[in-house]
This record gives sequence, C-alpha cells and structure tokens, in this order.
Amino acid sequence: MPIKPLFSHGPLPGYRLFFCVLAASALMFVDQRFTRMEQVRAQLSTVVAPVQWVVSVPSDLLNWGSLALSDQQALVDENRRLREQILTLSHRGQRMANLTAENSELRELLRAAERRDIPYITAELLSLDNDPFSHQMVVNRGHRNGAYVGQPVIDASGLVGQITAVSAYSSRVLLLADASHALPVQLNRNGLRFIVQGAGRYSSVNVMHVPDTADIREGDLLTTSGLAGRFPPGYPVARVTEVFHDPGQPFARVTAEPMAQLQRSRHFLLLFPPPRVEVEQHAWDETLNISAEALRSSLRLANPDQEVP
Amino acid sequence: MARAPVVPILAIWLSLLLALCLQVMPLADGWQVYRPEWLGLMLIYWCMRAPDRVGVFHGFVLGILMDLIEGTALGQHALIYSLLAFLCALVYPRFRAYSLVQQSALVLVLLGLVQLVAQWLRTIVGDFSIHLAFLIPSLISAFLWPWLSTMFQAFERRLAAS
Repeated sequence: MPIKPLFSHGPLPGYRLFFCVLAASALMFVDQRFTRMEQVRAQLSTVVAPVQWVVSVPSDLLNWGSLALSDQQALVDENRRLREQILTLSHRGQRMANLTAENSELRELLRAAERRDIPYITAELLSLDNDPFSHQMVVNRGHRNGAYVGQPVIDASGLVGQITAVSAYSSRVLLLADASHALPVQLNRNGLRFIVQGAGRYSSVNVMHVPDTADIREGDLLTTSGLAGRFPPGYPVARVTEVFHDPGQPFARVTAEPMAQLQRSRHFLLLFPPPRVEVEQHAWDETLNISAEALRSSLRLANPDQEVP
Repeated sequence: MARAPVVPILAIWLSLLLALCLQVMPLADGWQVYRPEWLGLMLIYWCMRAPDRVGVFHGFVLGILMDLIEGTALGQHALIYSLLAFLCALVYPRFRAYSLVQQSALVLVLLGLVQLVAQWLRTIVGDFSIHLAFLIPSLISAFLWPWLSTMFQAFERRLAAS
C-alpha cells in the first residue's frame, strides 16, 4: 500500500502561470499600442468605481470633520483672507481689461494676428496616483463634460500637465513632473526655446539640451511656446532654479521648479485651445515661387544693364 | 487529526478586497514608499493557507483590478500577482513547516523578487529610473507578516467556532 503523501500535490500551477503571463503580456501590448483599448478601459473602470469610492471615504470624512469642527475664529480668518484676495484679484482684473483693450489696439495697428480667449472648464481633484514612481492624478471631468486626450490642464499659478485617459465622468492627468512628460517651452525674458522634461520629482524639472553659451539664468521664467500644437502659448511652466556648467558635459545642466502647485492644488482648469492651423505642403512651394520671382526682380533692379536668366 | 476549518470563499474574497482598498488608499506624498504590500501579503497568506482554492487566477484578477484603479498598463500588476501566487504554490509545503521568523524571511524573498520583476516591467513599459527604494515595501511587509498571520489565524478560529 503506497504511503499517503503528507502534502497533497495537485498539478503544478505552471500551466496556469504560463497562461496568465501570456494573457497579461498580450493585454499590456494591446494596451500600449492600440487606442481602441481606451474605450474598453473606460468601460472596465466602472467595475472598480466602488473601490475608488470606498477609498476616498476616509479623506472626505476627514475634510468634512475638519470643516465642521473648525472654530469660528479660523473661519473668520479664512473669510478675511479670501476677501483680501478677491480685492487684489479684482484690482488686477480691472487693469487686465484695460491692458487687453490696449493690446488688441496695438495688435491692430501692427496688423498682427489676433489672440483669442481660450475657453475652459473647471475640474476638481478626485485622487492622486498612489504609485510613488509616477506622477498622475484623476480629476472629475470626463468625456461627458467635453474633456479629451491631450487636453492641457492648468491651475491658478501655471501649467499642470495634460490629460492622458478619459472615462465617462473622470479623466487621468499626467503631471509635467512625471519622468515621461516633456513639453516645448520658451524663456520669457528673451524667447529662447527649450524642452522641459519631468524628473520624477514634484519640486524640479530638467531643461534639456541647453548649450553652455545660452543666455539662461536663475530666476528666468519658462512659458509654453505653443510650438508642438498641444499647449497654447504663454502659460507659465517653471522658474529656473539652477544653471550648472560642467566642462566635461556637452550641455549645461539646468533645473527649474514648476510654477503650478502640483502637490497642493485641488482646483484646475481644462483648456480648449483653438484647433491648430495646418500649413499645407504646396503653400510652401508657392512662397518659394514668389521668392524666386522676387529674387529675379531684385537682381534686375540691382544691375539693370545685365540680362538675368 | 484535527482538520483545519474550511474558510468560506466569501471571506477570502472580502479580505482580499479589503487588502486592495488598503493598497490603493491615498497616503501623504513622502509616505508612499513606506506603504506595506498589503495585497501581496494577503495573497501570500491565502495561497499558503488554502493552496487548493486560491491560486494564480486569483492573483491575475486582483492584478487586473489594481491596474484599472492605478491606470498602469493593463496586465502589469496582473502578471506580478500571478507570478507571486505561482511562487507561493511552489514553496507552500516548506513554508508551512517554518517558524514565524523563517516565514517572514521567506515573505521578504518572495515580495522582493516580485517587486524586482515589477520594476523591470516599469522600465519596459515607460521611462523610469530604477532605484533601491522599491525594496522598502517588501521589508516592511516581511516585518508585519507574523502579526498578520497570527491575527488571521485567530479570525479563522473564531469564524469556525461561531
């Protein structure tokens, strides 16, 4: 009679592991490569909505409790502070109206292209990503509210990032501090253009490929240049904190601090920049023809006695 | 021979979902690196406790849920947790014979291995720099293991008595 083994062995779960690893790899591949998956994901996300709700309950309770239990003095203080802020902002708003009128007048004088106001919707923070190695957050606007993938997000003091995934009533924002995020910027002081890439920390971003001779200093403001067509131009992005010239390196090492309060803001604006004007290929050819004509006529003007081919 | 009481599958799933909630609970910014691997711990516990009922597929489903919540590439956590369940199924006969301290050492090894794979996956999926901080959660989880396992054994006994 065979001895009964102490531990009963079923079939080794190697086959199951093989199957699961295969399925997971296929899912990862499909998720990375095909945009169709975003809709599937949005549908599936409703399954985990209860978990997200449960997880947000303690912080909501804490917020509500602190509001309910805060004493009158604190509320009065806050009220006064907010009133002062309103006063300052309305003062600025009045000057802003004046300046806008002046600016449009000047632009008309110069026949420069008109700058339009950019429409926006407000959004509130739902949850921050709890992965310490990536910087994302979820806000409470989805495609039902008009949000779309690639939409720029700002807060009260600067650019925050862009939307990377949209579900029905919420969307995921990739912050500009994330290591996988980069955007084109411009120095506010002299218009030099650079690329800003996240460093994986909230407090600093890197300015890439700065030549050692470039005129960039500590305290310079970097704004969006609008060149990639994703972010509208002119929004503050970061302030340069350190410029370090290492003789052994081809480029200077420049770090900057994001202007937006990435860790503190709760309210955001989702911008709707106007669609980018596509420049057609044949438009370039036409201008080339014209310039050839202009060249010929200018040559004729310069030496009228010679025959120009 | 006293047979271990059979735990209802509902209790297993409830505890796993609770661990999932703890795993995705928002934490202050500097503290996220110190979060114990709740879901991994719970999965190890049930894989060791009921290896014939909790296995690779449980890890897969929980990982998919985790991916949906965290917004990582679909299947990233699924791969990690099914690998964890598989490793548990390999070592569980030995694991049961160990003392609590030895068990937590093995938990450290298992979770550390799985975290290493997770870091590899991250570097494959996106831009990401690897550093040793990823071992902190497994260290803390291994430290918590003796309490967790004795607590759940007490729960089970109470469940069986009632």
